[in-house]
Amino acid sequence: MIALLLRDLRLAVRAGGGFGLGLAFFLIVVVLVPFGVGPDTELLSRIAPGILWVASLLAALLSLDRIFALDYEDGSLALLATSPLPLEGAAMVKALAHWITTGLPLTLAAPALGFLLSLAPDAYAYLLISLLIGTPALSMIGTFGAALTVGLRRGGLLLSLLVLPLYVPTLIFGAEAVRRGAEGLDPTGALMLMAGITAGSFALLPFATAAVLRINLR
Amino acid sequence: MSMWEYANPKLFMGWTRPVLPWSFALAGVCLVVGLVWGFFFTPDDFRQGSTVKIIYLHVPAALMAINAWIMMLVASLIWVVRRHHVSALAARAAAPVGVVFTLIALFTGGIWGQPMWGTYWAWDPRLTSFLILFLFYLGYIALWEAIEDPDTAADLTSVLCLVGSIFAILSRYAVLFWNQGLHQGASLSLDKEENISDVFWFPLLVCIAGFVLLFIALVLMRTRTEIRARRIRALEARTRRA
Repeated sequence: MIALLLRDLRLAVRAGGGFGLGLAFFLIVVVLVPFGVGPDTELLSRIAPGILWVASLLAALLSLDRIFALDYEDGSLALLATSPLPLEGAAMVKALAHWITTGLPLTLAAPALGFLLSLAPDAYAYLLISLLIGTPALSMIGTFGAALTVGLRRGGLLLSLLVLPLYVPTLIFGAEAVRRGAEGLDPTGALMLMAGITAGSFALLPFATAAVLRINLR
Repeated sequence: MSMWEYANPKLFMGWTRPVLPWSFALAGVCLVVGLVWGFFFTPDDFRQGSTVKIIYLHVPAALMAINAWIMMLVASLIWVVRRHHVSALAARAAAPVGVVFTLIALFTGGIWGQPMWGTYWAWDPRLTSFLILFLFYLGYIALWEAIEDPDTAADLTSVLCLVGSIFAILSRYAVLFWNQGLHQGASLSLDKEENISDVFWFPLLVCIAGFVLLFIALVLMRTRTEIRARRIRALEARTRRA
């Protein structure tokens, strides 16, 4: 499993562009929003939690189809399926690799972008925590979506249509936690529920992902 | 004879042929009676005036939008466990019907909301959950359309239906957390003291029965179409090989 994780990470870093692309996309979305709604600081600071969460969700979505597509094309996915490592484990490692290459950098970059949107000072810690807890769920759910569409030639658009509704609960709890943090309320409830979604996704979705991969490899 | 034998496509075609016109006719009778009774022979509500009458479309449509998804879930489970092709096709046939019911519920709700709440749309938990349900339906249908091999498509969509159901329920409770409700609570529960008045209740029951029958009739018809389409594809494949 660790070997597979390292291989995926190495591929993501060396195969040109994929690694930084999500981050750059995140930056661009966040920069575009003030152009759209105007430079009013008060308004921006009020909608900042939502924007940061939606932007990180879109950035995570952007790199989802890479999770399985290349491995499917060159046959290494079939090799993985026949290897002694259960496919469920491989699915989880793939999700983890996706999180390390997109979710983690997004989490670390988000506070810096919070400055651009004049996020309330109290909210930075909660932004960091909520993204840290929530983005793994995004990666795991996205891995399931990527597995569903891996056999399709143009699965990109369909992938977003399938995955985005599944992101709704995570987004609600994530943005709500940051908003409550910004307003000085107690965000523990939202954070706990989001942690529950992440834990639940990692417990159950690898099985669904592996089942779907087996169907697609048939 | 066990109930599973009805899943044989030939048997299914056999018993649905006489059932289909009857279910359409019954649905038509129920809908006409229920809607005419509801629209013209019930008093206006003392606060809502005549706008209350949209309940005869809104409530049954919303009910069936959810029930259609549940039916798809059960059919998907049967496909995953027992691999009955008719079951997978029935799930596929139910999805567009469910979408239309969801849309009817959303639109009639908006039409009612404009005079009552002063807005066509509010980000109320119930309304939002329905919008999310609509998105789930779209994704499900799109996945069916995208995959060429019918068995692969049936497998993938049934897994999506199972996972989607869990997330749909999660979303339902997440939006409760996210915003306060504007929509009234249930007024048809069997176990509550205060329900809707009988004057509105009986025509509503007839309308609900009509919508249920309509759903059954449409799903049966669409499933029959799917079975025929698949037969044609099989025949074409055979002639191409010959």
